[in-house]
Amino acid sequence: MTILTVEASNLTRLYGGREAVSDVSFTLSKGEVLGFLGPNGAGKSTTMKMLTGNLAPSNGSVKICGVDMIENPKEAKALIGYLPETPPLYREFTVDEFLAIAARLHGVSAKHIRAAVQRAKERCGLTEMSKRLIENLSKGYQQRVGIAQAIIHNPMVVILDEPTVGLDPIQIRDIRALIKELGGEHSVILSTHILPEVEMICDHVQIIDKGKLVFNGSIDVLKKQRHGNKLLIGLNNPPSHDELLGLAGVESVEALPNGLLRVRYTAGQMPAEMLAQVAVSKGWGLHQINPDQTSLEDVFVQLTYQDVAA
Amino acid sequence: MILKVARKELNSVFASPMGWVILALLQFAFGTYFLNGVNEYFEVMSGAIRPAERTGVTMFIGQSVFGLASFVMLFSVPLLSMRLISEERRSNTLTFLFSAPISLSEIVLGKFIGLVSFLSILVAMIAVMLCTLNVWADIDIGYLFSNVLGLWLLVASFSAMGLYFSSLTAQPVVAAIITFIALFGLLIVDRFLTGDEASVINYLSLMHHFQPFARGLIDTADIAYFLLFIVTFLTLTVRRLDADRLRG
Repeated sequence: MTILTVEASNLTRLYGGREAVSDVSFTLSKGEVLGFLGPNGAGKSTTMKMLTGNLAPSNGSVKICGVDMIENPKEAKALIGYLPETPPLYREFTVDEFLAIAARLHGVSAKHIRAAVQRAKERCGLTEMSKRLIENLSKGYQQRVGIAQAIIHNPMVVILDEPTVGLDPIQIRDIRALIKELGGEHSVILSTHILPEVEMICDHVQIIDKGKLVFNGSIDVLKKQRHGNKLLIGLNNPPSHDELLGLAGVESVEALPNGLLRVRYTAGQMPAEMLAQVAVSKGWGLHQINPDQTSLEDVFVQLTYQDVAA
Repeated sequence: MILKVARKELNSVFASPMGWVILALLQFAFGTYFLNGVNEYFEVMSGAIRPAERTGVTMFIGQSVFGLASFVMLFSVPLLSMRLISEERRSNTLTFLFSAPISLSEIVLGKFIGLVSFLSILVAMIAVMLCTLNVWADIDIGYLFSNVLGLWLLVASFSAMGLYFSSLTAQPVVAAIITFIALFGLLIVDRFLTGDEASVINYLSLMHHFQPFARGLIDTADIAYFLLFIVTFLTLTVRRLDADRLRG
């Protein structure tokens, strides 16, 4: 049985008549990681603010585990951990002090605060920094403190707005692992610009553009869109295109400017092995054969700019 | 929840040396006035004045110490209240409070109580200092109590107003300046209309309502005025923060 943790229906937000977010609806089940993609100013942060109750929607509703954000904001907010774009940190406190405050304000009972702080620090790799003033931490560590405060009360839904910004590659790997781990027991919504990141950690993807949801589906759908049944082959003595077209399963052949050939084949068949055998037997001088993947960037660009093209 | 926010505010004042330095400096000023008051009392009252015109030691010293205290608070409360909300707005930490399961009124009340508890330490220290006179004189506890209550209400009103102006801007310094000007205006507004005792504007003056306390008179009308003043500005602050959520 799946438990719906987030239900957003017809979320709309107007800024002076202009729709920053219009009619966004989606649901998220327990244990899922949702990636939120979109160009700058598409309305990602605005949507997240509405989900966390920081901004009142002009229209539509948000339910967290069945609790309405507008009618019962306190109960709903208790179920959410939120890291905004700029991590909200009180710089005059040490990491321990700040996390204790965060735990207290999120309703962690007094006797569990110490354990909660310890656990959050371990999960975010902050144990060494306990007694340091937040002011003196590097950007990456501040980001980690931001994530730690979002997960300190073990919320059902964790909402992270660009969590990996400003981290070094090793930290990014750690944080990704952490997000994946969180995805096991909580629901996670994260926004990012980094597409491979989405591919690595998200189960679901949403692409938002100019306030509208242009894609909403599982990551597999997006991945399938990448594999366009195409092969890239490099031949030293290429035969005529007709000869290649004569092979079983090959639908079209296209010469690329870099000397490679792009071969489109019928879905379901994989003529790579056969192509290689033919190439060897006929002495075409095969030196390269690859599945031709449209990069995720291309898919993304296709989806977000399809209005412009149309 | 209110107390948790208040505790956070108090922690934040004492997290830096700021809080301690303010306490020490102000206590030093009050202490100096207190000592001067004691010295002067002996000089003035040493026989040159007819017995009928003599005033008690509590009133003589109390007047100078509480007079100074209300004046000093006029400067120090805006400086302490300025960062309550504007600083959070500027460093984006307001989101942290908004995302926590706390209502806006709890945030505002918590911040108000946090600041007032800090200022109460100052008021309490003045009270204790004056009580030490009791070791060798028989002090007028009633007069002292009325003054302490008056000062405390005055300080709480200052804080409520400071909190409101702090919620209007993202610049702490701007908040401090506006608060100071507004408070100063409200304090001296009755000076301009001394002739017309019943004027409405006169009635709005904070000083007008503080004076009876300073004379040792506890009037429920004055207490009600201060409480209304506090409630009004706290409500305005809640509304201002709610507008943040609605308008974004």
